[in-house]
Amino acid sequence: MILKILRPGIFTTFQDKGRFNVQYMGISPGGCMDYGLFHLNNKLLNNDENTGLIEFAYQGPELLLEDGRIKFAITGDVYFKIKSKTKKEIIGVPNRTYELNKGEIIDILATKNSVYGYLGFEGGIKLESFYSSISSQVRSGIGPNNGKKIEKDYKIFLKQESSTTTNTILDNFKLEKKSIFNVIEGPQINYFSENSKKEFFSKSFKVTNQTDRMGMRLVGSPLENIKSSNISSEAIIKGAIQVPGDGNPIILLNDHQTTGGYPKIASVISSDLDCLVQTIPSKDIFFKKISVDEAENLFHLYLDAINALSKKIKKID
Amino acid sequence: MIKKISNISDQGIICDFGDEVNKEINKKVITLFNSLRKEKNKGKLDEILNIVPSYNKLAVQFDLRKTNSKKIKDLVLNINTKNNELTANVKKWIFPICYDDEFALDLKDLSKNLKIVREELIEEHLKTEFYTYMIGFMPGHPYMGDLDKKLFSSRLKTPRIKVPAGSVAIAEKFCIVYPYESPGGWNIIGRTNIKLFDTKNPINPCLLNPGDVVSFKRVNKKEI
Repeated sequence: MILKILRPGIFTTFQDKGRFNVQYMGISPGGCMDYGLFHLNNKLLNNDENTGLIEFAYQGPELLLEDGRIKFAITGDVYFKIKSKTKKEIIGVPNRTYELNKGEIIDILATKNSVYGYLGFEGGIKLESFYSSISSQVRSGIGPNNGKKIEKDYKIFLKQESSTTTNTILDNFKLEKKSIFNVIEGPQINYFSENSKKEFFSKSFKVTNQTDRMGMRLVGSPLENIKSSNISSEAIIKGAIQVPGDGNPIILLNDHQTTGGYPKIASVISSDLDCLVQTIPSKDIFFKKISVDEAENLFHLYLDAINALSKKIKKID
Repeated sequence: MIKKISNISDQGIICDFGDEVNKEINKKVITLFNSLRKEKNKGKLDEILNIVPSYNKLAVQFDLRKTNSKKIKDLVLNINTKNNELTANVKKWIFPICYDDEFALDLKDLSKNLKIVREELIEEHLKTEFYTYMIGFMPGHPYMGDLDKKLFSSRLKTPRIKVPAGSVAIAEKFCIVYPYESPGGWNIIGRTNIKLFDTKNPINPCLLNPGDVVSFKRVNKKEI
């Protein structure tokens, strides 16, 4: 079962849950940007929960099945087609599985009003793991094919053929959209003036197009640092909002550098990160301060919601 | 030992050992790091996702499914750190370095700005036994110190977009080696051929550990 990449898309990589316990060597966790969609993809395909798949951003890849008969699922708000020389092309429905026959093509044209989507395969992809993860990290050259983005003519080898003709679907699934994100205070919040703190929790910030798997750059009324715009470098965790000298915040995401020397005003809570990374450039977002206890409760509620979704997956007759 | 513990995220805490950057404080950080790692290597502390030491802080990232901030703070404050101090088994490394002009991109300017002749600057660098404070920024990238005061310099006003892999650079009291070609704003004084990170070595890909000692040995261009 071999798929050939006819068009790689804008930023197409292999991802799983990420690579942990090696950040002290300078390796950041990486992993899927939207855990909810990653989880749903593997559930639709009845895969193990950490099975690696293909993540794409905006425009996805176009792939040709050279051999075999496989089953795949695309999760997200994604516009895609299934094409072949002999049959009429069909517009694909995301968040369900399909069988694909030799000679057929999956053409992922765009994510709609969102950033990331996922393409997974029943049984998973044959990939070499490094520290228990197949996640590609482009900047540090870690992961399959030296961490590179998936390129044209690259071949993807799957572990198994389609096991049944029955498909599964999650009906009426919609990506959550919001503009207010919950944060907890960061360790250097007192580096900022009272007025800037007030503005941070009340005014909007615009997502810029300088946003990728490493971080999301925002612009707004610049935050005034009253102490120092440098700290001695310390560890970074996904969601941290650092503010460099120019006063414009950067939310650090999965492929963040492992340590950083800018003060951190706040941190986006874990349960809001999936929704955050799907926010497209030019959108305005707000931050709302909550307590660590509240963040923990919201995390468990979010996990419950993800699990409840998987229970709604149905077989297609 | 720990001055303050705060949340760095809802899935991470950071232990603060003090404001200064010096070996004494860093050794306390590394002792706690080693103590937690030792437990983890025994197959315990499954709820911990990352333990990350830096100059004067230690961060712990954890799995919110299995634990929470309060439990991790208690765990860190109560862990047994006995016998986990940095001791005699600290590794010592000698890195070859070539100071030729084509590699030492900022040595001329540095010599001018610091008002130290080039050879004296090199001698001072060669004389220094560097202590590895931390690995960070990118895989295998060490932050080492301490340089003598007369070599203290600030970073470049405009960072370079591309710094060649193996570049040895200094700023303030620190010395670094770029493991990969990358952007960078430190003053480049030479080049080494030491491989700091090797993905083909799955057992021990990262050459240096925090606490390791590094000195440089001058070689000519052909040797690197």
